[in-house]
Amino acid sequence: MKITLGTVTHPGGSRVNKTGSWRTTNKPRFLHQGCVACDVCALTCPEGCIFGTGQNTYYANEDYCKGCGICANVCPVHDIEMIPEAGEDG
Amino acid sequence: MVKGRMLQGARAMAEMTALCRPKVISAYPITPQTLIVEELSQIVADGDLEAEFINVEGEHSAASVVLGAMAAGVRVFTCSSSQGLLLMSEVIFNIAGMRLPVVMICVNRSVSAPLNIWNDHQDSVIMRDSGWIQLYAENNQETCDLLLQAHKIGEDHRVMLPVMVCCDGYLLPHAYEIVDLPSQEEVDAFLPPYDPIYKLDVDNPTTMGAYADPEKYMETRYMLQETMKKSLPIIEEVARDFSSTFGRTSHGLFEKYRVDDASTVVVAMGSMAGTIKDVVDELRDQGEKVGILKLICYRPFPKEALYEALSGAENIVVMEKCISLGASGPVATDMRSVFQGRPATPRISGFVIGLGGRDVTLDDIKLAIGKAQQQLEDADFIGLKEDLELEGINA
Repeated sequence: MKITLGTVTHPGGSRVNKTGSWRTTNKPRFLHQGCVACDVCALTCPEGCIFGTGQNTYYANEDYCKGCGICANVCPVHDIEMIPEAGEDG
Repeated sequence: MVKGRMLQGARAMAEMTALCRPKVISAYPITPQTLIVEELSQIVADGDLEAEFINVEGEHSAASVVLGAMAAGVRVFTCSSSQGLLLMSEVIFNIAGMRLPVVMICVNRSVSAPLNIWNDHQDSVIMRDSGWIQLYAENNQETCDLLLQAHKIGEDHRVMLPVMVCCDGYLLPHAYEIVDLPSQEEVDAFLPPYDPIYKLDVDNPTTMGAYADPEKYMETRYMLQETMKKSLPIIEEVARDFSSTFGRTSHGLFEKYRVDDASTVVVAMGSMAGTIKDVVDELRDQGEKVGILKLICYRPFPKEALYEALSGAENIVVMEKCISLGASGPVATDMRSVFQGRPATPRISGFVIGLGGRDVTLDDIKLAIGKAQQQLEDADFIGLKEDLELEGINA
């Protein structure tokens, strides 16, 4: 990639920064059991990296997810849980 | 007949600034810079310059305003001193990192505490690591000449760096001297309109200087460092262009005065170079081979050119109005780096002089030269009052 004078970037340019590497201990797991597609997880995600198109389709893009846990906290049907970064056995 | 007009330095600098046609000026008054922005404010209010003069609540805002305006694609100007420059410092680094060729005058003044409004170089020298080109002027004519060149150097697409023109507080902007200012037509022919490479534009949105992670940040600093080095010949090129256009020599990186056969060479910046030239003449009359190299371009530091110019000297006597407390004078340290590991090995002594407006006298300069000819001196304070009791030091 090219670094311009004054690091000038265009909209969407920061997608190259895979800031998910900042995540330390936990990441969300979407259980896809009781999801009602209310979209609250996606709307409250401070990174805007949760996407879904209907019930039980939501996921977090781990390239950008910081593991803050807000989605798991706000989910009204408790269909998201935080698991250790290394996986359930980690 | 002498060409030019008898002008107060601040007026001359304001008129020169206006001739460069900045579109946005923002500054906050601070002694001894105030006169310059008062004059500019008047020039804009009188309708003699088509520019927006933006009043702000402090220097951090003044620097931010010119940063934003230049990012939007227009030529800008600001001006500060001392505590004001320190308050700007965060933005000073941002301006350089965003590669915006802002031009400012730093009217050099000491730094608190204790409060002191008089001249030394501590304020701008602190900013030497920021990525700004720094040019130091000896008199009002040179300040104006460098001001015009500053825009041309900084806005050159091979450079795209901000430039700080430094002049000694009170000694220059408050002094009346004859200054020869070019006409608007001459300035327009010398300095083309600012042509930004990138600019803020609602039809083509961009972000400037937002974020670089550890995979990229280091490269941005490398780019600044390499561009700093590459701007040395461009600063010389613009000085040559200026000299031939206006018929008055501008010395580029430094001015050599009776240096070529000198065994002892004083190195100094700013207005005291004029006093030192008088001492050099006096000592030359007595048969001493002394000269002075007036350093104009402190950043980028012209290492190779300085080595070339000074490798015949036995003694280099750095006199500077600043100190890196706990170490040495910054200019003396830089001068030592020029000769480290090279064939020529002059003795490089450093003297701290004229802090907080203390007069730099002919005798002070002779004393420093005499000391340096005897032995190596490092950060030796010249002109201290011997009758003062200093708690914790001698009392």
